[in-house]
Amino acid sequence: MTAEPKILITGLEKRYASSRNGEQVAVTGVDLTIGAGEFVCLVGPSGCGKTTLIQLMAGFEQPSRGRPTIDGRAVTQPDPDHIMIFQDYGLFPWKTVLDNVLFGLEARGVAPGHARTRALETLELVGLRAAAAKHPHELSGGMKQRVAIARALAVKPSVLFMDEPFAALDTFTRLRLQDELLGLWQAQRSTVVFVTHDLDEAIALGQRVVLMAAGPGHIQRIIPIDLPYPRERTSDEFARYRRELFAEFHLVHQWAANPGGDVEGRGGAGI
Amino acid sequence: MLVTWMRLGAMALPSATLTVFVGVWYLAAGYYPPEQFPGPQAVALALVELTQDGTLWANTWISLARFAGGYLLAVAVAMPLGLLLGRLPLIARALDPLIQVLRPISPIAWFPLAVLWFGIGNAPAIYIIFLAAFFPVLLTTISAVRSIPAIYLKVATNFGARPAMIFLRIIVPAAFPGIMVGLHIAVGTAWIHLVAGEMLGAQSGLGYMIVDARNFLRTDVIIAGMLVVGLLGLAIYQGMRALERLIGRRWGLAQ
Ligand SMILES: Nc1ncnc2c1ncn2[C@@H]1O[C@H](COP(=O)(O)OP(=O)(O)OP(=O)(O)O)[C@@H](O)[C@H]1O
Ligand SMILES: [Mg+2]
Repeated sequence: MTAEPKILITGLEKRYASSRNGEQVAVTGVDLTIGAGEFVCLVGPSGCGKTTLIQLMAGFEQPSRGRPTIDGRAVTQPDPDHIMIFQDYGLFPWKTVLDNVLFGLEARGVAPGHARTRALETLELVGLRAAAAKHPHELSGGMKQRVAIARALAVKPSVLFMDEPFAALDTFTRLRLQDELLGLWQAQRSTVVFVTHDLDEAIALGQRVVLMAAGPGHIQRIIPIDLPYPRERTSDEFARYRRELFAEFHLVHQWAANPGGDVEGRGGAGI
Repeated sequence: MLVTWMRLGAMALPSATLTVFVGVWYLAAGYYPPEQFPGPQAVALALVELTQDGTLWANTWISLARFAGGYLLAVAVAMPLGLLLGRLPLIARALDPLIQVLRPISPIAWFPLAVLWFGIGNAPAIYIIFLAAFFPVLLTTISAVRSIPAIYLKVATNFGARPAMIFLRIIVPAAFPGIMVGLHIAVGTAWIHLVAGEMLGAQSGLGYMIVDARNFLRTDVIIAGMLVVGLLGLAIYQGMRALERLIGRRWGLAQ
């Protein structure tokens, strides 16, 4: 982990009002420190609070306890320096690819000439300069997500939050985009928080993998992945990490199925 | 080959329907005196007569002008109002009882008051067209704004867009395909009420031409007038469809 902390979370809890005046605890007792320029993956079974956690970090939700801080400042609302990328892209269908990428720059008041140059530059970065005049409905899913990434990168955010950004894509496109994302991250050195269901994706991308568990949502374990990039998905070390995560996942599932049961590893070893 | 035949069939079917319709009309009209139920040939002659003496053009233009006036006025008021109410749920809830009570009142029921307020002439007809278009546009605009996917707003706030920018650059275009549906419905209801409005309170226009013909027992002119109203309605509807497709393509919603 890099020395200086970028995102700091201590004792974070989020409760949602549920039916019959009840409350549901989505995540509780979350402690997590993310270094500047770090790439962290959040994984865990459905409903364990990954989306809740990332939305709290991005300022889309308000915590019930333990407000996260980024760069030492409390997160109270979404910030153009911390851009969220969604699974369903969030592109504006009535705008061309170029205008979509321009949106963030215009919202920031960047002069039109500069904005245009910058937008075309970032489109070039994701290999979509030729598609600048197209509308989102003319693009494949992978291209759409590239546009969303370009739109985010155009404003040079220091943090990228990504909530299962590649989950809707086919395997080949997903692998390609993973590599592209790593390339962009290594070039730009922004902090990336990446939610995924896919253990291989987490091992391929993350410097650390944060494994979450449900009932109520919490961090089960944090596993540093000490492999150089680009990571060889068929290597023995990769397989070792995969085994380790699967073993941990298995415990998580057991616990989710039988929350009262005494399963070793609950609340396990953080870093 | 098969495709060609199917395409020919697709064109032949509506023509066949029309031919049969005119044929049945012709035969049926033979059993009645022409003042009661004129045949297609009498109506065609009436159309020629109306075209030649200029009354058809004059009345059509005045009707179209009133229609455009009432309809555009309704859109100009209802669309911005709907955009605001869609974004201000509290005010929308406050106004809801009023809207719900006014909406089911037929624009025709407003007619006596409209004449009292505006006198005979263009104004009552325009007012009735306005009312007929107002509620469909208002209600579809409100629901179009409410059903804008939350993700658009999330993205816009994430990039730091200010409220004015969100309203003009996100809310308005995102709601537009939904609003278009309301504009479409409103064209239909407004056109229907145009004739009613002119029958009751005007001294010109296609509606007036039809009542006036009744006073002279010119049933051929009545049916000619009805035909023109129907054909113009169809033309406006098709124009609307074309506009809708154009916008759909622009918005990336075209199939
Ligand atoms: N807006 C909300 N209102 C009420 N409950 C919510 C809300 N959002 C999430 N929850 C609850 O919080 C818990 C965590 O949900 P969350 O969406 O964060 O899980 P997740 O790990 O992202 O799941 P998935 O992998 O399926 O996306 C769930 O039990 C969910 O029902
Ligand atoms: Mg989720």
